[in-house]
Amino acid sequence: MTVRTGVLAAVALLVRRDLRLAFRRPSQLCNPLVFFLVVTTLFPLSLSPLASQLRDIAPGVLWVAALLSSLLALEGLLKSDAEDGTLEQMVLSGQPVVAMVAAKTLAHWFVGGLPLVVISPLAGLSLGVPPAAMWVTVEGLLMGTLTLSFLGSVGAALTVGVRRSSVLLSLLVLPLAMPLLIFGARATDLAIAGEGAAAPLYLLGALLALSATLAPFAAAAAVRIGID
Amino acid sequence: MWTWIHKFGSPPHFYRIAALLTPWFGWIAAILIATGLVWGLVFAPADYQQGDGFRILYVHAPSAWMSLFTYVVMALAAGIGLVWRIKVAHAVAASCAPIGVAFTASALVTGAVWGQKMWGTWWEWDPRLTSELILLFLYFGYMALRSAYDDPQRADRASAVLALVGVVNVPIIHYSVVWWNSLHQVASVAKIGRPSIAPEMLVPLILMFFGFNILFGAVLLTRVRGEVLLRERSADWIRALVAKS
Repeated sequence: MTVRTGVLAAVALLVRRDLRLAFRRPSQLCNPLVFFLVVTTLFPLSLSPLASQLRDIAPGVLWVAALLSSLLALEGLLKSDAEDGTLEQMVLSGQPVVAMVAAKTLAHWFVGGLPLVVISPLAGLSLGVPPAAMWVTVEGLLMGTLTLSFLGSVGAALTVGVRRSSVLLSLLVLPLAMPLLIFGARATDLAIAGEGAAAPLYLLGALLALSATLAPFAAAAAVRIGID
Repeated sequence: MWTWIHKFGSPPHFYRIAALLTPWFGWIAAILIATGLVWGLVFAPADYQQGDGFRILYVHAPSAWMSLFTYVVMALAAGIGLVWRIKVAHAVAASCAPIGVAFTASALVTGAVWGQKMWGTWWEWDPRLTSELILLFLYFGYMALRSAYDDPQRADRASAVLALVGVVNVPIIHYSVVWWNSLHQVASVAKIGRPSIAPEMLVPLILMFFGFNILFGAVLLTRVRGEVLLRERSADWIRALVAKS
């Protein structure tokens, strides 16, 4: 008699497996973070180190850098599992593919998105974001990176069967991610100006709810197409 | 009714019916657009505010409308193809993308010319312009994904998922961009005052709208016939068709 694993148990197992795999390769874990910091350093160098100007561009810089470094890590979300056949086994395992994809996305966000949110105050301070505005930025990035991971899971799943897919992936995901950028940068902007940033934060939350509930289904459909 | 739909979904029948319909669509579109253009460009009165410059509206507005309409048709066809696995539906979706790019580009270019005349600038980060530009990127992403797959069936289904995700996102993108700018307070862009358009200006515009829609039909049918030929190139009915002609 075969023992069926429950969906939640399977999700927990998968998340734990992905986290363990990620922590076995710490350098790969750090690369997006370093990239994030390096990109935020580029702007003062290329535009102007004047604090007043930096504060004007800080929201945009933070969000664009976060967006780009998340995109960079996105290709690894499904690729290695697809190449060695693990993904196929997951689809064949009888567990709902939606849950599997969502689990992988969550694990990916834990190692790729969350650390970015944690070090974002550092980047923010270096760009002259006042400490009072930092909490709004962190809140926004928290929701924004998670939304981006879900959106990105669709893109990663669509390009799973494509060789050299990183540029294609960015081309697919970036237009879809533009609302995030708009609301996120807007929230930080308002917070820097000392106004209430609740409205754009609520909108970010709405985007998160929408993408967390819909994107896994699209990603699951795309995974099935990609591996058959 | 149902047998007719089933027939329409099978490539040989579609090919034949499309061939019969195409000249009708083409000629009606040509007549409508020619009438609308002459009427709009020559006979319609000049705008009291914008002078003759407003006449580019007769190309710009239908193009902008069609750029969105084409995306919806593409997503619908993609969804139908994904759910019922109808080959012709996928061919329709594939054919929509380049047409959509053409309409979107036309809307952007005519808009830029108009903007140069009216606002004194080719490009302004106005919500409408920006969301139209993002729409262009969405079309490019769709075409890029399609061309990344070697296997046409996987290309069909993967790009269909993308088209459906995009159609959920188009309104979100649109409103995000609108709110972005209305919150942001752009200084100079005065919304084009259009105090309820006069009937002698409106009639040619309506002609142009219908003309563009039917033109879309004609171009789409032609493109789909090409797609069907390409996809079914080793099928027997095509061999029979070639042998006959």
